Amino acid sequence: METTDIGLWGVPLAMLGGAIRVSTPFIFVSLGEAITERSGRINLGLEGTLVFGAMSAYAVAVMTGSPWLGLLAAALAGLCFGLFHGWICKFPKVNDIAIGIALMLFGTGLAFFFGKPFIQPSAPDLPAIPFGNWSDIPQVQAALNVNVLFLIGAALAVFLWWAFRNTRVGLIVRVVGDSADAARAMGLNPNTVRLLATGVGGALAGIGGAYLSLYYPGSWTERISSGQGLMAVALVIFARWNPLGCFAAALLFGGAGALGPALQSVGVTQGYYLFYAAPYILTLIIMIATSSPSRTLAGAPGELSITK
Amino acid sequence: MADTVSSPDVRTILDAGGYRAALEWTARRAEAFVIPLAALVVGMVLFSLFILAVGKSPVQLYETMWRGGFGSWFSIQNSLSRGAPLLLAALCVALPARLGLVVIGGEGAIVLGGVAAAAIGVALNGAPSFLVILLMGVGGAAAGGIWIGVVGALRHYRAVNETISSLLMAYIAIALMNHLVEGPLRDPASLNKPSTQPLADIYRIGNIPGMEVHWGLVVGILACVLSWLLIEKTRWGFAARIAGGNVRAAQVQGLAVGPLIVGFTALAGGFAGLAGMIEVAAVQGSANGSLAAGYGYTGILVAFLARHNPLAIIPVAILLGGIDASGGLIQRRMDLPDATVLVLQGMLFIVILFSETFYGRFKLFNPDLWQRPHFLKGNV
Repeated sequence: METTDIGLWGVPLAMLGGAIRVSTPFIFVSLGEAITERSGRINLGLEGTLVFGAMSAYAVAVMTGSPWLGLLAAALAGLCFGLFHGWICKFPKVNDIAIGIALMLFGTGLAFFFGKPFIQPSAPDLPAIPFGNWSDIPQVQAALNVNVLFLIGAALAVFLWWAFRNTRVGLIVRVVGDSADAARAMGLNPNTVRLLATGVGGALAGIGGAYLSLYYPGSWTERISSGQGLMAVALVIFARWNPLGCFAAALLFGGAGALGPALQSVGVTQGYYLFYAAPYILTLIIMIATSSPSRTLAGAPGELSITK
Repeated sequence: MADTVSSPDVRTILDAGGYRAALEWTARRAEAFVIPLAALVVGMVLFSLFILAVGKSPVQLYETMWRGGFGSWFSIQNSLSRGAPLLLAALCVALPARLGLVVIGGEGAIVLGGVAAAAIGVALNGAPSFLVILLMGVGGAAAGGIWIGVVGALRHYRAVNETISSLLMAYIAIALMNHLVEGPLRDPASLNKPSTQPLADIYRIGNIPGMEVHWGLVVGILACVLSWLLIEKTRWGFAARIAGGNVRAAQVQGLAVGPLIVGFTALAGGFAGLAGMIEVAAVQGSANGSLAAGYGYTGILVAFLARHNPLAIIPVAILLGGIDASGGLIQRRMDLPDATVLVLQGMLFIVILFSETFYGRFKLFNPDLWQRPHFLKGNV
């Protein structure tokens, strides 16, 4: 692709494009985690789920030639991880945060174990829609080349926001998350609801992983995820468990993640690694700014161990 | 616990000879050994099934693992060397855990400790070696201590979740190290693998006499013993255990929970930073990307396996060092990916956490629930 010299305008443009590209896995993982946390559990293992989802999507796409089958495989794998977390945490004295850390190590280990043969071959990409064709500036075209998963993620965020407020299932998840006793009084089984909520959350994280390996960066390596799964957990807290907030925060994080490469593209190479740390620093600052020792966070599910 | 009848001395009088008291003493303590060991065995059995499922022989695998980890004096020394940083990395998880905090970002403290030590060693080139090595240790520990101490302070004063913040800080630390070893601190002579300038030989930490194991092992074991003494035998440790059990209760008692949390997390980070310093001074000879070798993450597993008991960390770290050390041999002999060890670690971790649910469930370990003589019935 030819590049037209657009000077420093390239930076915000590359960040916009980067925000859209980089944010998609954040959107899926954070929406999944929002569902899980709304039910009163926290799953830190989504980082492992993300990596395993990336590997399984890539492997299936290589073997079948279809990225969509890969996506399905990643969702199913994520579902299994989520269900496992949901099941094991129902036992007394089993700590959901610690199990999450263990699943993070386990999922990553398993992905590396089975992913070894798939580092070389190349898989078909998930399709993208070129929204930038009206412009003849290549950078604009590149920035507005939007993957379908981003659009699905955006729609999902709106749907979940609506569903949490207006549907029976949404209400059930919220009740279980706010008070297991109240849920039991209503005849609901908190463990079952949490099992399903963690399962769905895992499936969405798996889809986020599929995006990583099948679109951007678009290949399977052992360094495919650099903590996106974990940052997404922090992001859910920042977004106050609101799916629309998750979407906005994911875009913000995507933009921060794109800062380093964007500056590099216009020739700023000094301190490249420091810019690389931007999303982590941003997450940390946001966590510090939004947490408070004296009051519980607005909108926090009452049963959530992380905010107690 | 208001049950006066269950206090040992009364029991001893009740059953002549003290046989039963000895039995009860053993039973109460057996739980802490039997459940983790059983979990370890179950984890290894599950891993055998996994290995069978991918078409390899678990017997051969465990045999290879034994040979690679503990089968010869050479491999034992290798395991001990790999266990040394794990001792310190595990303390970085275990100490905060006694306060009820789950800190998983030890990797960041290790990396920064290593960079700080390397920078000091290079800057003070020419000074007497004992002084430089001492300052490298202090500097490494300070860097790690500040890094994790901040996590503790954020936790207490800002209610920022320590699990997530420590991991974010680890990523930031690794980015900072990359920046420093590729930029300001880079040795121009290191082409393929950006590193700081190599330490002069007199500033390197040598081996324990008669062994191919560096002094880091001794430092690690000492740190574990001191941590155990701190937790079990001092009033700070006692206060920490109270705060770990119930923060509100500790505050009501007038304990200064804030300084306690910051102090313990800083000490924990200091140990991890020391691990980084030892890695630089004894193994690498300079600070580079190899510092982020995953010791911090394996350390999490070690600490949980040891149930955050510093003394138990010593054998567990050496065991996992051995499993780590055998990874290469497993890869070569059995044509399995090097991630095999990671899968085993993940499985062990899950089973160990799951085993928490069995504490207090077995009558066998709880003499209060044993069959009592008739005249004591109803007295429990």
